[in-house]
Amino acid sequence: MSTVAPPLPYHVAGTWEETDDTRSIELVPAGAELPPFAPGQFAMIYAFGVGEVPISVSSLRGAHGGLVYTVRAVGAVSSALHRLRPGDTVGLRGPYGTGWDLDAAAGHDVLVVAGGIGLAPLRPVIQEVLGRPDAYGRLAVLAGARTPADLIYRDQFAGWGESAWVAVTVDRSGPRWRGAVGVVTALLDDLDPHPGRTHALVCGPEVMMRHTARDLVARGLAPHRVQVSLERNMRCGTGHCGHCQLGPLLLCRDGPVVGYDRAARLLLVREM
Amino acid sequence: MRADADVDASRPSGPDGLVMGKDGLAALVDVLIRRGFTPVGPTVREGAIVLAELGSADELPYGWGVELEAGRYRLRERADGAAFAHAAGPQSWKPFLHPPRVREWTADRVAGELVVTAERVAPPRYAFLGVRPCDLRAIAVQDRVLTGGAYRDPGYAGRRSGALLIVVECTEPGATCFCVSMGTGPATGPGYDLVMTEVVDADRHRFWVRSGSREGAEILAELPARPADPETRRTARAGVAAAADRMGRSMPETDLRELMARTLDAPRWDDVAGRCLTCGNCTMVCPTCFCTTTEDVTDLTGDHAERWSLWDSCFDLDFSNLHGGPVRASARSRYRQWLTHKLGTWYDQFGSSGCVGCGRCIVWCPVGIDITEEAAALHDWTRSGQPTPEPS
Repeated sequence: MSTVAPPLPYHVAGTWEETDDTRSIELVPAGAELPPFAPGQFAMIYAFGVGEVPISVSSLRGAHGGLVYTVRAVGAVSSALHRLRPGDTVGLRGPYGTGWDLDAAAGHDVLVVAGGIGLAPLRPVIQEVLGRPDAYGRLAVLAGARTPADLIYRDQFAGWGESAWVAVTVDRSGPRWRGAVGVVTALLDDLDPHPGRTHALVCGPEVMMRHTARDLVARGLAPHRVQVSLERNMRCGTGHCGHCQLGPLLLCRDGPVVGYDRAARLLLVREM
Repeated sequence: MRADADVDASRPSGPDGLVMGKDGLAALVDVLIRRGFTPVGPTVREGAIVLAELGSADELPYGWGVELEAGRYRLRERADGAAFAHAAGPQSWKPFLHPPRVREWTADRVAGELVVTAERVAPPRYAFLGVRPCDLRAIAVQDRVLTGGAYRDPGYAGRRSGALLIVVECTEPGATCFCVSMGTGPATGPGYDLVMTEVVDADRHRFWVRSGSREGAEILAELPARPADPETRRTARAGVAAAADRMGRSMPETDLRELMARTLDAPRWDDVAGRCLTCGNCTMVCPTCFCTTTEDVTDLTGDHAERWSLWDSCFDLDFSNLHGGPVRASARSRYRQWLTHKLGTWYDQFGSSGCVGCGRCIVWCPVGIDITEEAAALHDWTRSGQPTPEPS
């Protein structure tokens, strides 16, 4: 057991735009360093005087060797994080929560299914699998977004595609879009994942995760081989504030990554 | 009078304990103050028996009882002069151990750098005098939540570790009490430093005292007490046993955790939502409700910021806010969250029930919603031939 500690100062090493409403920031410790993050875990990022938000790590090693977080501006704190410039300081706490269970996925084909900014918590998985190809089977990345302009990490798709199956779809097409249009589950038909060999990691809007997980189970994947990353309001990250409850789960402690075998019935109850 | 020489101050007293009069209670408060404790106990203030810092035992509510009903609390004078013949008041010990507003840390911008400083205030050493067995359990429940997991809340841990717990067993349950159903009283469970049972009869007003810790034994050894006579022990035990038979309320005799999991779709939630004002009173008076939110403030220079932690309530719309709106928008879903957490999913999260049967949520609900009545209605629904989906 450890005692809840206040945030540690981290410097902004770089910050760049991903889409109109989403930016990434790379953070390096100003002094003492937090324990290492695992893919799927999150940090509480503190914008001075404004507040904290829970953000999953989107790369364990950025260009400056720091931690990368991808933030969509939806409120006061995330908007403040968008205004950061290199050299600015934030507070960082973590790592918190369960990561993706990559031990369970080892030796299996890894299927990453992402909706919108849900690709951010999954990017460290893609980097891990691509970096250790012997430890895993085939990698497939299925990504969806509302429009082509909402796709994050678009410049990295080609690189991933050299060693992985990468398929992208959007809800609404744009002027120069020649890819697929439709829900992300439609991409599963072409891939036709092998149910006995595949481990699926899913992150996106709740309705998208519900449909994707249900589809994968219908295709024969065991529910515990489908991991989803769930989201609720979070204030503390340490299991004390009560905000992140989803039925029996405290998502900062028992999640955010949860096996679909546990999550399925919870996602069916309205306003749980 | 000092305690008899055969009382070994280094060990908890035996089951026979000691007996002392009102002078013993007066001496107890003095000893606590002399030992550096801040004694906190029940006292009459503004028409209620509240918990407040005590300067002397004279401030205890001698001769006062309470009348409790759903949405109703009244003081009532007693002829017997008893000090502890009252059931739960509006507060529990929660405001002392887990205060409504706590500064967690401060942040300063110094020469462009961020300097974060954890709050370090030496908490007072509280001595809680008159902890009811239900509230003793409530403290243990909050211990599990705030210090029993992977992370320890340092503020709570500091306040809690210094606290001395002096339990008074219940002999006068209120009409809203149901500790027997929850297995928390009226006799005490473990975890106390001292436990007393008040006996008032025709000839004497006395307290049967036992210690449960070394520190409790040391304090007891300083009090004007003598070995408890069999008659006092028998009368005290009988008073507690009789209290168990006079509970004002009871929970349905079923597995409440399973009941909650099976009734998520029950129409009763709509019924209670029609009465619930979502005011959050139940969560404020509940001795185990622990939820907090955060508040970040800056001063006028803009270079000094503070992080505060404040009590929050699952009845507040903002509580479940997730970019775009609340997850639990309806009153139905918010009342259901509170009740299913308290009686059901608390087991999954923290290994016990979150309800100790103190009845405060019933008394302080402005519309008199009764947790035992709601649980009973859900139980009746499962037995009325309704489809009861398994929690699969």
